[in-house]
Amino acid sequence: MSALLELRDLHVFYGQSHVLQGVSFDVRAGGVTALLGRNGVGKTTTCRAIMGLAEPRGKIALGGHDLTRLPTHRIVRLGIGYVPEDRDVFAGLTVAENLRLAERNGGARYELVYDLFPELRERGRQLAGTLSGGQQQMLTIARALLNENRLLLVDEPTKGLAPLLVTEVAHALERIGELATVLLVEQNLGVVRRVARDVVVLDAGKVVHAGPAGELLSDPARVRGLLGVSGGREVRSIA
Amino acid sequence: MSTLVLLTITGLGLGAMYFLIASGLSLIYGLMGVLNFAHGAFLTVGAYATWWLQGVLDGIESTAVSFVLAAALGLLVGAAVAALVELVLIRPLYQRHIEQVLVTVGLALAITALVQGIWGADARVYAVPDWTIDTTEVLGAAIPNDRFVEIATAAVVLIGLQLFLRRTRYGLIVRAGVENRAMVTALGIDVRRAFTLVFAIGGLAAALAGVLSGIYFGSIDPERGTSLLIFAFIVVVIGGLGSIGGSAVAAVVVGLLQQYANYYASSGLGDLSVVLLLAVVLLLRPAGLSGSTATA
Repeated sequence: MSALLELRDLHVFYGQSHVLQGVSFDVRAGGVTALLGRNGVGKTTTCRAIMGLAEPRGKIALGGHDLTRLPTHRIVRLGIGYVPEDRDVFAGLTVAENLRLAERNGGARYELVYDLFPELRERGRQLAGTLSGGQQQMLTIARALLNENRLLLVDEPTKGLAPLLVTEVAHALERIGELATVLLVEQNLGVVRRVARDVVVLDAGKVVHAGPAGELLSDPARVRGLLGVSGGREVRSIA
Repeated sequence: MSTLVLLTITGLGLGAMYFLIASGLSLIYGLMGVLNFAHGAFLTVGAYATWWLQGVLDGIESTAVSFVLAAALGLLVGAAVAALVELVLIRPLYQRHIEQVLVTVGLALAITALVQGIWGADARVYAVPDWTIDTTEVLGAAIPNDRFVEIATAAVVLIGLQLFLRRTRYGLIVRAGVENRAMVTALGIDVRRAFTLVFAIGGLAAALAGVLSGIYFGSIDPERGTSLLIFAFIVVVIGGLGSIGGSAVAAVVVGLLQQYANYYASSGLGDLSVVLLLAVVLLLRPAGLSGSTATA
């Protein structure tokens, strides 16, 4: 299957810090590709570079269309939805207003969003800042799902969530993976095992592994070597 | 009693002007992080454009019609100048706060000097309808009618801004942008358009304050924008950056405090009282009365 997203020799600097050091990988069209790695290896920076929120050197292409010099809003309009790491809901806006803000080009998919997260319909008038962490996470995912996107970047959607909510978000990611191509940054290997088709592993700003998810996750020694975790208990908790 | 009524309504009239300047200032800072020291210059430009246009419209017999027409065009000039400043001078300097301050301070000085160079330092007087100079008796106090115009105008602007922020898509973008500008762009929204719009709205409101100040103080002069801007900044900080409602409350408090202190304590103490109030608010509620940003 052809690559929807191509990253070639991507470098990002934050001041003196060389965060991404020549990252290159492809995201195949359809399904979920998980971007893995220890904390601070550049996973979120990779997402931010794709979104035009960090200044990258190198090449990023979506379906052959070069994104590297485009401003963020134009990158989004090419069909990329973004679920940021820290549940950046607009706290002073209601749930309905947060969703309304995300509408673009008509055809907002409210039915899909409310089918996945029925709670959001009930809480339409509630200020987003007063939602629980899990509900805020649902809202940020819902905002990205509202429009028909070719690619979704989902950055650590289960971070800090209770186990029950992790399962709920994993279920949503499974369904989302059937609707669009997803690049998922995730620390919970149980979620990765459940939803991902491919994995890319970063270490110190470089790609150290790329391939089918099952191949990596079935090799505990390799998982431990690449990610520093066993992957055993987390996998069982969600599977 | 009549003195208190007069002071209160006069204070509200003064507060109305502070609010008109502060509302734009607050939105511009809240959304764009731009500390716009040139905001007072928009006031001066609007006030002088109105005065100049009234001369051009000399053929119109009715003073009321010529004044309203000149003021309407003057407001448009204020809005256009503000939008132009955003497009030409501020846009290339996003995220470069020191440079923004230097540019806006320089622009404020340049516009004041330009106005002074063209029309001189002398105060200029509007030809206003007689009704605005007359008084109306309220609870035994003879209130100049222009105070009601100023208060009513500010109330209409407050309601209009609330409706804009609550009911329109651009209002939604502005409210969201005040909270997290990067995330707004990550939703596919070109937030720069909202920046220009906010500057234009701010310029229009400041120009309106300039016109009303010409009635309130009886004349306009090149330094008017600078002198009122100081109190508008204080209002913005007391009200809470980015909060229109907070600015409205703070403007009323500052206007009343100035009037009461000047009359009941000593003339000149009004300004000092306002600065003391600012210090108290900063100590007790550093985020201002609204306590948060991104509120309509």
